[in-house]
Amino acid sequence: MPDSTFLDSTELVLNMGPQHPSTHGVLRVILKLDGEKVMGTSCVIGYLHRGVEKIAENRTWAQFNPYVDRMDYVAAVSNGLGYCLAVEKLLGVEAPPRAQAVRVILTELNRIASHLVWLGTHALDIGAITPVFYCFREREEALNIFEKYCGARLTTHAFRIGGLLYETYDGFEREVKAFCKMFPPKVDEYEELLTNNRIWAGRLKNVGVLTADECKEYGVTGPVLRAAGVKWDLRKAQPYSGYEKYDFEIPTRENGDTYDRYIVRMREMRQAVRIIEQAVEGMPEGPIMGKVPKVIKPPVGEAYVSIEAPKGELGYYVVSDGSVQPYRVRVRPPSFVNLQALDRMVRGGLVADVVAVIGTLDIVLGEVDR
Amino acid sequence: MDSFIVISVVKAVVVFGALLTALAYLQWVERKVIAHIQVRPGPYRVGPHGLLQPVADIVKLITKEDLSPPFVNKTLYLAAPFLAMTLALMSICVIPFGPAIRVGGVQTWMQLTDLNIGVLFVLAVSSIGVYGIALAGWSSNNKYALLGSLRSSAQMISYELPLSLAIASPLLLSNTLSLRLLVDSQAGGAWRWNALRGPFPQIFAFVIFLIAAFAECNRVPFDLPEAENELVAGFHTEYSSMKFASFFMSEYANMITVSCMATLLFLGGWDAPWPARYGSSLVPTVLLAGAGLMALYHGIHPWRRRDRYSLPAAGAVFLLAAAVFLLPAVQSWLMPLFWFGAKVGSILFAFMWVRGTLPRLRYDQLMGFAWKYLFPAAMLNLLLTGFLVAWGS
Repeated sequence: MPDSTFLDSTELVLNMGPQHPSTHGVLRVILKLDGEKVMGTSCVIGYLHRGVEKIAENRTWAQFNPYVDRMDYVAAVSNGLGYCLAVEKLLGVEAPPRAQAVRVILTELNRIASHLVWLGTHALDIGAITPVFYCFREREEALNIFEKYCGARLTTHAFRIGGLLYETYDGFEREVKAFCKMFPPKVDEYEELLTNNRIWAGRLKNVGVLTADECKEYGVTGPVLRAAGVKWDLRKAQPYSGYEKYDFEIPTRENGDTYDRYIVRMREMRQAVRIIEQAVEGMPEGPIMGKVPKVIKPPVGEAYVSIEAPKGELGYYVVSDGSVQPYRVRVRPPSFVNLQALDRMVRGGLVADVVAVIGTLDIVLGEVDR
Repeated sequence: MDSFIVISVVKAVVVFGALLTALAYLQWVERKVIAHIQVRPGPYRVGPHGLLQPVADIVKLITKEDLSPPFVNKTLYLAAPFLAMTLALMSICVIPFGPAIRVGGVQTWMQLTDLNIGVLFVLAVSSIGVYGIALAGWSSNNKYALLGSLRSSAQMISYELPLSLAIASPLLLSNTLSLRLLVDSQAGGAWRWNALRGPFPQIFAFVIFLIAAFAECNRVPFDLPEAENELVAGFHTEYSSMKFASFFMSEYANMITVSCMATLLFLGGWDAPWPARYGSSLVPTVLLAGAGLMALYHGIHPWRRRDRYSLPAAGAVFLLAAAVFLLPAVQSWLMPLFWFGAKVGSILFAFMWVRGTLPRLRYDQLMGFAWKYLFPAAMLNLLLTGFLVAWGS
């Protein structure tokens, strides 16, 4: 790298990752340090590249469905929902109301599970070793519901193009309601450990600040954008899968620092519970599969559908040439776009802030590299 | 003269044997405490309730490949763990565990040696202790290790000041530097302990001492030198096998030392919280008997099959120990040991509790806290104490 700063003897170039305890997978960050101060970073990605988008071109529309779960494996249900919605748009079908309600329940459960993974690992990065165990204890409950519903816990492949494959199991509603009853007190428990903790606030406040304008410049979405004060949530802005029927709030904060992103995500978990409660209360009866042909051959055309995944806007751009295989599938992963802001956020901070910011961006490398 | 040497050797063997065992089991206790905070059982496989886990750990560490990377500065790289370990164990020499005892017609103190400047000795040795970490980080020739050791040196030097100032104030009250005389001056119940006694209770000094001690031992929330989420393993990144174990043990030895110091300086050493004539000598019996009865009760109504035998056995052991504490022959030396152990144990438990609860400070916050808050507070406390002591005499 022909960079004059590398010759400067006062700067220390530190290679963080890809094998590092807190780069959340295989992210590699090259840090230029002056003492403990970060002068600049550059990210090296691609260690987990599997060519997901190319694989799509060699699979049928339905066969590609499980592959999308392997991108953001922490929020696999959201990935599946986005893909199914995109193909349904291309086909011109809509999932029946009951399927939509079940989709919302599972997606929001998955949002909680994803945020719990974020909270646990973020706290671990800051040095609090206990919350991760509490988070995984509750995440287990959500994963148990997935497992009972579709047999898988992580890469669920829960939805099919046009609706659902499985009817809900006996006791599904009871268990989801039990989760909704159990979960909010647990959020109180996490907040008790962290929210008013002086050390926690001291480590997060004014760290990794990203203003609303900067967020828009980088195309950053999700909780990171909302923590900067922009009330933008695709579930409200362009409702899909029946989100317009549910009453919930979009939590926002003003400062756009790491602490605000923490608060926003904590509130989002509570809102997710609210949505699940409403969805499970008014779950309609009826079919679970729309009118989809046996062999899916969408008409020639293209469609773009984006949904509000736990990490931000997850977009699927699908192009059909009328055959059984996609002509092109392009994914707009939230983690990849959000990760671009890393350098802006950590420049001038300390080494410890880099870890905090990587944690607060909530990246999943499977989605960044695809 | 000969008897002095024999007694000293016997005492040294006993003390260091006990200390090393305590080190190994302290680690087991910590893992159990943290595990229970984190809703998991902790070590469970090796022996009943994982009680043999320390043995397994030691065997594992000894039999691991002893690797020295080719890029290190050999001499210092090898010297650093020994330095850390030796210095950590050294300060136990001057720490008294109890009053004089009589064994086989020989009168002796439960202490290896009574230096008249015991407090200064402990301070000095713990100050040199930073060399072990600084040299380890520098000689490893690894950027993470270097950052870790730099942090550690800065941290330990900064926190040494409030620590020393916090120690100075109880010394003003007790008017001695000998650790044994320090305890004697606090005898007679909890209200005579330096942490609580008038005219100016040293409770602030005690708190400052504890905070600074957390930093001195590199414990959460001040565990920056080995902040694994930032610096992989900090200064001991390049160390393996017993060299790593030396650092590990020195950290725990330091924890025991500062807990002992806190007990001796502020909590009256082996002095019971209230005099024996009001029943303080019954406390261990009551506690152990209670634990024994509880174990017996759960043994009769076991949750798991294997508890049918293990819990009654544990209960019987506890009841036996409770009975031992009633024997007048052993009470004279067992009671002080019990109180000393109880106080040191409580402080060690606080170390673990905090580790399970708090996040880690950032480097600048850590230094800012030491210089902006802790140091002035300790200074103020010392000034006030000095004024009151001068005024009182």
